[in-house]
Amino acid sequence: MIELLWSIFDITLVLLLLTLAWTTCSTQDVKRAVTLFIAMGLLLAIVWARLKAPDLALAEAVIGAGISGALLLSAIKDYPATTMVSHRSSLIEGIINSLTLALTILMSWAVWHGLNMSDGIRLSEQVFSQLPVSGVSNPVTAVLLNYRAYDTLLELAVVLTAVLTVLTLNEKRADYESSSPLLQGMTRWLVPLLVVTSGYLLWVGAHAPGGAFQAGAMLAAAMILLQLAYPSRRPEFNNYLLKILLVIGIFTFVLVGLWMMSLNDDFLAFTPAWAGTLILIIETAATVSIATALTLAYLGGRPRGWEGTGREDTNRTSRSITENGGAG
Amino acid sequence: MIDTLAILAIFSGLFFFLSGSIGLLRLPDLFTRLHALAKADNVGLALVALGVIILEPAVINGIKIVIIWLLVMAASAISSHLVARHALRENRKDD
Amino acid sequence: MMSGGASTSILTIALLIALNLLLLSLLIGLFRAWLGPSVEDRFSAILLIGTGGVAILLILAILLQITALYDVALVLALLAVVGTVALTQSESNHD
Repeated sequence: MIELLWSIFDITLVLLLLTLAWTTCSTQDVKRAVTLFIAMGLLLAIVWARLKAPDLALAEAVIGAGISGALLLSAIKDYPATTMVSHRSSLIEGIINSLTLALTILMSWAVWHGLNMSDGIRLSEQVFSQLPVSGVSNPVTAVLLNYRAYDTLLELAVVLTAVLTVLTLNEKRADYESSSPLLQGMTRWLVPLLVVTSGYLLWVGAHAPGGAFQAGAMLAAAMILLQLAYPSRRPEFNNYLLKILLVIGIFTFVLVGLWMMSLNDDFLAFTPAWAGTLILIIETAATVSIATALTLAYLGGRPRGWEGTGREDTNRTSRSITENGGAG
Repeated sequence: MIDTLAILAIFSGLFFFLSGSIGLLRLPDLFTRLHALAKADNVGLALVALGVIILEPAVINGIKIVIIWLLVMAASAISSHLVARHALRENRKDD
Repeated sequence: MMSGGASTSILTIALLIALNLLLLSLLIGLFRAWLGPSVEDRFSAILLIGTGGVAILLILAILLQITALYDVALVLALLAVVGTVALTQSESNHD
């Protein structure tokens, strides 16, 4: 009976996911597609939870459903009521369909092969055997920030590149005009709560699901909320500080890596005694960078005065703020 | 017995969830649908959270569940208000 | 790690039935995401899935004995509001 009920749950989830994925790709209405995509993200979080992968569930909930949801909704909210997907030529559609089919077959074969593999050394055994000297007790964090730290460094570089692209292409969207007093009242306690939760996720990542990306995304959500709820009272951005915050994650990461290279002959080879502290330092810097990057990406582009030379007609207040490196 | 209480609470919450989603599907207008949604959010989740708190042995997790419940209540109220307000303004602009 | 929890099989069966019914209510709500003429209608379906997801996560936390799922539920509750604010705070809102 118990197995039957679990099977019903699992099969319904799988069918639901597949149907959502299909309809998201095939529907012509953009708003419907975006909404179904966000719903799929939420369902994916539930699937990860069902598969006993709380780290993935956390990441999917924060980044996949939360931040991506906010980004997509901001993108479509000003479209006219019925916006259709633009028409593609049937040749391109045929190519995309056949490539997708080939990829699906390849991955199905890989999963099948992995499930029926003969016994051998599984990666998880090696992960757990080295866990005591990795500096953390959460195996996912150990993989992300110790065994495969180089990959995480490159991920941070990818995030930075994406944000630089957004910053290069656009200027920040215009401010919004009105805001409900109820929203402002809620923001006053929700933003501190989001910041505290972000710090909690960062700290708890050492021994439980959490970590830099989730914490950074929550911090970005706090900043986005602040930006949206107080449109007219927001002070000018301190662009100098923003630029420092954007790169401090990668900078700290590389600095620690080089320092470890001078001690241990290998880039990012942590000394086991210091590994926990170093990982926490790297994660803190990465959280700040990720939060800044995601917030800037959401805002749509360069804040006023970013280049430093353009927009000479800005009022003296904003110029003097950016020149003096921040007010107060 | 404790388990029976928890099951009772969870299934009562389930009733509100199901009726809320059916209301979301069947009611004629956005504002009536938001009304149905608020029932599922507030009462449904509160009862499910109550059942889970009864079943959960650790106190720290119980505190987390209480925080989740309060947050969902606040979020549901704010969200319904914001969405309804937005829809009203859009309609007024088109007139 | 949790101790105790869903140890009796009647409790487990009841929780599993509740899980499936919650998923059913999410499924019903999804139709609104498909149909809903306006984007606010579709978004209210997202809100239902968010709160239903929190409920599912709470029950899964008890069934699978994973305490980290409470954190995931907390995060879902927090971010539902941010999504609403992102949708409704629009340039065209002029007082």
